[in-house]
Amino acid sequence: MSLDAYADQLRLLPEYLGKHMQLTLTALGVGIALSLPASLLAVRIAPLRAALLTTASVIQTVPSLALLALMVPLLGGRIGFVPAAIALVLYSALPIVRNTITGVQGVDRAVVEAARGIGMTPRQVLLRVELPLAAPVIIAGVRTSTVWVVGIATLSTPVGATSLGNYIFSGLQTRNMSAIVVGCVAAAVLAITLDALIRLMEAAASRKSVRLGVAAAIGLAVVIGGSLAPVVGDGFGRGAERGERVRIGAKTFTEQYILARVIAQRVEGAGLRAETIESLGSTVLFDAIAAGTIGVCVDYAGTIWANHMGRDDAPDPERIVEEVGAWLLREHGVVSLGPLGFENTYALAMRRDDAERLGVRTIEDLALHASSLTVAGDYEFFARPEWAALLQRYGLSFADRRSMDSTLMYGAVAEGQVDVIGAFSTDGRLNAYDLVVLDDVRNAFPPYDALLMLSARAASDERLVAALLPLVRAIDDEAMRHANMLVDVDRRTVDEAARTLAETVGD
Amino acid sequence: MITLENVSKTYDAGAHYAVREVSLRVEEGETLALVGSSGCGKTTTLKMINRLTEPTSGRIEIGGRDVLKADPVELRRGVGYVIQGVGLFPHWNVARNIGAVPRLLGWPRAKIDARVDELLHLVGMEPARYRDRAPRELSGGQRQRVGVARALAARPGVMLMDEPFGALDPVTRDTLHDELVVIRKKLNLTIVLVTHDMTEALLLADRIAVMHEGRVLRIGAPRELLRHAGDPFVESMLATPRRQAERLESLAHAPGGGGPDNGAPDAGDAR
Repeated sequence: MSLDAYADQLRLLPEYLGKHMQLTLTALGVGIALSLPASLLAVRIAPLRAALLTTASVIQTVPSLALLALMVPLLGGRIGFVPAAIALVLYSALPIVRNTITGVQGVDRAVVEAARGIGMTPRQVLLRVELPLAAPVIIAGVRTSTVWVVGIATLSTPVGATSLGNYIFSGLQTRNMSAIVVGCVAAAVLAITLDALIRLMEAAASRKSVRLGVAAAIGLAVVIGGSLAPVVGDGFGRGAERGERVRIGAKTFTEQYILARVIAQRVEGAGLRAETIESLGSTVLFDAIAAGTIGVCVDYAGTIWANHMGRDDAPDPERIVEEVGAWLLREHGVVSLGPLGFENTYALAMRRDDAERLGVRTIEDLALHASSLTVAGDYEFFARPEWAALLQRYGLSFADRRSMDSTLMYGAVAEGQVDVIGAFSTDGRLNAYDLVVLDDVRNAFPPYDALLMLSARAASDERLVAALLPLVRAIDDEAMRHANMLVDVDRRTVDEAARTLAETVGD
Repeated sequence: MITLENVSKTYDAGAHYAVREVSLRVEEGETLALVGSSGCGKTTTLKMINRLTEPTSGRIEIGGRDVLKADPVELRRGVGYVIQGVGLFPHWNVARNIGAVPRLLGWPRAKIDARVDELLHLVGMEPARYRDRAPRELSGGQRQRVGVARALAARPGVMLMDEPFGALDPVTRDTLHDELVVIRKKLNLTIVLVTHDMTEALLLADRIAVMHEGRVLRIGAPRELLRHAGDPFVESMLATPRRQAERLESLAHAPGGGGPDNGAPDAGDAR
């Protein structure tokens, strides 16, 4: 990994860090503003206390990525800053609630009794005695919350909020170690710095030291101001929605990143402003384009056919493309401009030497050996209807199955850690690792023609449609696989691959 | 003047009574001690006077005013309260602790400052030296003095004291006893003092109410109680101070003038 690679990544830091800070500060600010008064109320009211603590604890048990993703359908397909901030607010609650309640309850009863005994009102007891004495515990809760929120904010990338997580998600997908390192280190440094500054403020307050207070205030101003400065014009995360930008969504794999850039280039070439939102969860992206919070994306006919329409038959590709297009328009007002021209199908793949040794060429052949083999797939693969159809049509039964990140499974099968993978047919690593794709002779997988999809609102923009139409049927399997390979195998940047692919499209 | 008429307190709708049908009268300038073993209801009785605990039934008056009809916050600001274990506010310095009630009452700053110094003098602490100290920088006896000063800050006529000397060493306790006697005379304070220590009650109080299982068994001046306990429990409460006094007496008059080696029992075994 060269220093240049890091320099490339660091150029993205101002934007990612600034957005991350916006998200963190908003979530913490709102979180404290809600949790603290609620907890103080709960100190006095026992049933509320139990309810609040239980709620906060239950929220905490929901995996953070799931909580973030859940916000999108709950908000009617809204993606980006708002769902991410709401999820983080919920996440920030537990340490603040728990520490406030235990902190206030932990104040010496004799002191509270004395406060009442000399004639303080309940409010005065709280504000003059209980809160100041519980402050160290409450602030410890705020510090814990801060560290959690900074960390969990990295997971807001899949719901479309830019954060330091963009480094990590895209870095994982494109195996870009320098991106992952920069993202992790930046998040860790941010968490530690904010934690230290809050501690400094606390020390300043408890020692009544003006000097420490000034130091803490300057420190906070520098850290917050410095990181927010590059994004301040965006008006706290809403700018993207206010401005007339075309939002282009991409799922979490290389091909999607490349296509999003190709689309963005065309949009900008037509004099429109484009914004790409990458690493969105698959269902998040679908909800978003249906709701119109994303304008343009590429999805696959088979995915919509099987997952969203619930079909398990597999007629010919042309009919599927046609029916999917009609269904999208009817059910969601989403316009399919047409197929891009390539198909990225799910396919079972295995090492060539294994396949030859076992004499496996089709999935039918595989069925004879599957009971001693381990299969791996991406996170959604085993939950998809196609997987069920596959098992049923071929009578497949594997010894074991493992879900893993799609970038890792090619290496895993090549190194013999698993025997069969649910691969993507356009993935350049199939060639690079010398894997063979098994024929789906019984058509368990529907055709996965890539479709160029526009939200209802985006489709009404004639300039945008005119800019994108040349992409229809312009990218064949070979061109797409080559572009993917540039990134996944040759370690070129996504932008380079996008430029290469755009050249094959022409105008 | 404080009167309690048939005051009762139950926490379980009458299944058990923490305090049952207690009637008391404390004259102006008088010190009444509530004495009894733990759980006898003496602290509950005390806290009902300033309504830190609400009575279930009965009537309580301070200076002819019905306590139960008063605003509890205002009531407490007018009644001095010294708590078991002192209860000083640890995040406030001595001056702020003492000035707490005047500040709640909205006294002007200068008046509060002057009052704090006056009170520090009263309890025998040099203002310049102690005003700015934190409670944790004081000895136990000093803290208790500040506690008394805090209770007296707004010039209450009535002071309620809940085991105020319980946590102090005997010498300090003795000194504070003497000081309290002086202060209450000087200010003509009406005091209700809760203690489990009968000796303390005998030495400090004008009258003693012995409580047991929520009831007052006997009220009387120390001398009356010592002459005629009138009840086996009251007698048992008095036994300890009596025995201590007798043993100290016999020790002083024992032949040979030596220590415990001469056959007199060790005072420490008195219990």
